[in-house]
Order: sequence, then structure tokens, then C-alpha cells
Amino acid sequence: MSVIALDQQTKPARPVKETAEARALRETPPGQWFPYAAPKPRDHDNRDIAFSFRGVSRKFGDKTVLDNIDLDVPAGQFIAVIGKSGCGKSTLLRLLTGLDKPTSGTLTVNKGLEGENRTRIMFQEPRLLPWARIARNVEVGLTGIAKGTEAREKSLAILSEVGLADRAEEWPSVLSGGQRQRVALARALVAHPYILALDEPLGALDALTRIEMQHLLESIWQQQTFTAVLVTHDVAEAVALADRVIVIDHGRIALDLDIPLERPRRHGSPELARLEGKILDTLFGEHH
Amino acid sequence: MMKYTGQSLLRSGATILRNGTGWLLPALIVLAWEIAARTGLISPNVMAAPSAVAEAFWRLLLSGELVRNIGVSTARALSGFVIGGSIGLVFGLANGLSGLSRNLTDTTLQMVRNIPHLALIPLVILWFGIDEEAKLFLVALGVFFPIYVNTLLGIQSVDPQLVEMGRVYGMSRTTLFFRVILPGALPAIFVGLRYALGIMWLTLIVAETIAASSGLGYMAMQAREFLLIDVVVLSILIYALLGKLADSFARLLERLTLQWHPAFQTA
Repeated sequence: MSVIALDQQTKPARPVKETAEARALRETPPGQWFPYAAPKPRDHDNRDIAFSFRGVSRKFGDKTVLDNIDLDVPAGQFIAVIGKSGCGKSTLLRLLTGLDKPTSGTLTVNKGLEGENRTRIMFQEPRLLPWARIARNVEVGLTGIAKGTEAREKSLAILSEVGLADRAEEWPSVLSGGQRQRVALARALVAHPYILALDEPLGALDALTRIEMQHLLESIWQQQTFTAVLVTHDVAEAVALADRVIVIDHGRIALDLDIPLERPRRHGSPELARLEGKILDTLFGEHH
Repeated sequence: MMKYTGQSLLRSGATILRNGTGWLLPALIVLAWEIAARTGLISPNVMAAPSAVAEAFWRLLLSGELVRNIGVSTARALSGFVIGGSIGLVFGLANGLSGLSRNLTDTTLQMVRNIPHLALIPLVILWFGIDEEAKLFLVALGVFFPIYVNTLLGIQSVDPQLVEMGRVYGMSRTTLFFRVILPGALPAIFVGLRYALGIMWLTLIVAETIAASSGLGYMAMQAREFLLIDVVVLSILIYALLGKLADSFARLLERLTLQWHPAFQTA
């Protein structure tokens, strides 16, 4: 793994020697800075890389599901992966979370600050243990990390963040679908993951609960500093939540689009609609 | 809790009433039976009246014979159950968790399962005579299969998505077993347990009736020799009660361990 190399490469270099550009910038009065304008607010090169795919392919028998994928995702970015069913987007997520291995190419996942690789996945189904009470289910997220009172305190804290502190002692079966998915979110977040992979986690929810969950997800992502990878087939959801949208088609990245819009974003705003249209054009290009 | 004493009293009253309805029909049958016996509708040579059975119960209770025989039978039933049940549980778990173990033993076990275990009685008497081992062997064999089959089924039907979730969250194999697989298999194991309890009494009755020198079945056979029809009926009734008791115990255990299950949640 070239993790260490990546770390060093992306750390801000110590100012040993002033570059010509920097010197020019220092000696130029502010009004004339134009050629050396400040970096764009979401300039990826300036930040740590959360994970990178280098020529990653995954084949199942003769079928190539992912074909030579190159992808760098900076830490803290909210990236959405879109594609038609069977395009390989879930496989991408399974590779990222270690549930599957690439056939060829390298996949580098940066380690979190505590030196542990905490990549968490949130599935389409809540996958709660029916025989464990809500708080205990959240503590599953702390397996091997915390135990006993410490685990209980952490899980109660994260439960109150998702608005379910008062349900800690209940069984999953009495919760609604949206509430169960919020418990699953709490379980994924309780250990403060470095990367949170979301495999269509809102796909099974009704439209209103879905919007509620999108807001919750966005606000928690803004509070905590994890990298979010959202696999979805809902283009509107992708542009509403993500900093960057990747469209996968036939195992390749067909579009890599930045969404440089302010948050919170309003559903149905013209900019969102324009970006949505662009993505749909990529997905169904030949029919438009 | 204390605040709702009135309510909970009411609720427990309702529970007694609800459970009580199950006993209504047996009580009526006993009443009709007594009347039929008293009026001579049923000859005393065919069936003893409930009052006669109650008398026999009291007589045998005082002589200590009843308690001794119940004790002997219960001990046999339970030890056979523990032996057969634990072997069944171990094989069920092993074959549910390991493909190698399943390939190795499942075919054999399924073949043996299709032999009615009571068909082995002649062979068992040849092997063990009419000693305790014979009864233990038969009960253990009878109890083994329902526990084995249902444990295996329970483990195989554990939601693979939950197992995958456990793996993703870094559970070790032991943790995965105790937190995901075993609780998931438990409802099926309980089904096996209740079947096994039924088979346990059935096997014991047959075994004690055919070859025994003590126990309830022996008591019934002795009574038949001396035409003590009241004692025969009493033994049968006691079997029924013991069976019901075992089943209630299994249900209680089920309720305690399966609280999470929607089927066991009280609104």
C-alpha cells in the first residue's frame, strides 16, 4: 500500500524555499493579483486524499463490471456515484469497503487520524439485529473499539444526533422504516468513520422520509469530517447532496461533475435542474 | 410501576381469565364423565369415574408410590432429554456452521432419522435389557432429531445480510456466533425443543410400558394386571399433566429469550 507516500505527498510542504510564484505574489499589490488568484474553494489537490482507485477492474467470469477505473477522492468530500442498475456502482462500493477485491489495479484507502482504517458502510436495508435493543444495535458500530459504559455513552450521544435518544431501549421491530435507517446511520457513524459508504440507503424510504433523511445526512456530514460516498440511482438526490457526481456507465466513469453550489440547497432550484439534466443526458445520451 | 398496580391487577385478572378458558372444556368433560359413571352409563370395568381416579391418586400419594414413580419417570425423561438434546444441538450447530461437517454427517443422520426410533425397542432390549440405559437410549434418540433438524434449519435461515453486516463491523467469529447467528437461530431451536419434549414423553411411556420395573408406565402396567382401572387412568392423566408442564416451561423460556420477536411482544 502506498498510503504513506500519499500522506507525505499531500501534506503542506514546509516553506524551505520561496518559489518564484510566491515571491511574485508577495511583491504584487493586492489589486494586481489576478494571475495568481486564490485557489478555488473546492480545489481537490490541496486536500488529503481519502481513497484512490488506480486502473481498478473487477471481472466476474467473462463479465467486466468495472473497467480500468481511475478515481481520486479528497478527504471530506461528498461524492455521489450514479448509474443504471448493474453498471457496477455497488461493486465499486464493495471494493471500497473491502467486501470484494479488485481483479486488477490498485486501490488505496487512506487511514484515518487514529491510524485505523474506519470505512463504514450503510446498506439499503437497515440490517439491525432484531434481538438487540436500539442502543445495543448502535454499539455494534463500536465492535473492537469501545465497550461497556463508554460504548453506551457514545451510542446514546450519536442516537440523540439522529433524534432517537428516547428510543434507545426499544426493539427495532417497533420502529418505522425511516427510524430504523436512522439507527443504521447512527451505528455507521458512532465510531467516527473516515469514509462512509452509502449503498442506496434511502432507496426503500417513502418520498417525505427520504427528504428528511437527506437533510439529516447533510447536516451530520457538515458537522463531522468524514468522506461520504453515496451510491444512488436518484439523480435529484445526488445533485442535492454531493460536492461531486460520478456517472458510471458500462463499468467506466462516463462523467465526473463538480456541483459547486451553496448549502443548504433548495430542491427544484434551476441550477440543480440544469446539472440534473446534464447527468441524465450522459446516462441516456443517445435517446435525447 | 407502582402507580399502575390497579391496571396491572386488572391485566393479570384478564390473563387468568384468558388462560382459564383453555381449562373450561376439560372441566366440562370431567363433569360429564363423572355423571355418566355415576348413572351407570359407563361400566366401572371400562372406565373409572373421576372421583375414583381422585381416590386412587390420594391412596398412591399417601403410600409414596406415586411420588416415587413420578420421580423415576421424570428423571429418566430429563436425563434422556439432556443427553439427546445436547448431542442434537452440537450436531445442528456444527453442521449449520461448517460445510465440511455437514457433508460428512448429514446424509447419515438423515438416514437414521427415517427409522422410527421405537422400532429399535427389540434391539435395545437385547442390548441393555430393561435397565435404565434402555430408556435413556430411546429417549435420547427420539429427542435428538427434532433438536438437530431445527437447529440446523435455524442456523441456515439466519439472514445472510446480518452476517455480512457483522463482518463489515469487524465482529470476530465468536462474537458473530453469539450476537448474530445463535440469536437468529433461536426461534427455530425452540420449535425443535417443544417437539422434542413431546417425543420425550411419548418415548418414555412406550419404553416403560414394555420394559421397566419402576416408573409411571410400569405403574400403569401393574395396575392393568390387577384390573385397577382407576390407577391406569390416573397414570394417563399424570402423563398429560407432565407433558403440559414441560410445554409451559418451554413457552416460558421462549417468552423470556425471544422478547425481541414481534410475536412475543405484548402491546
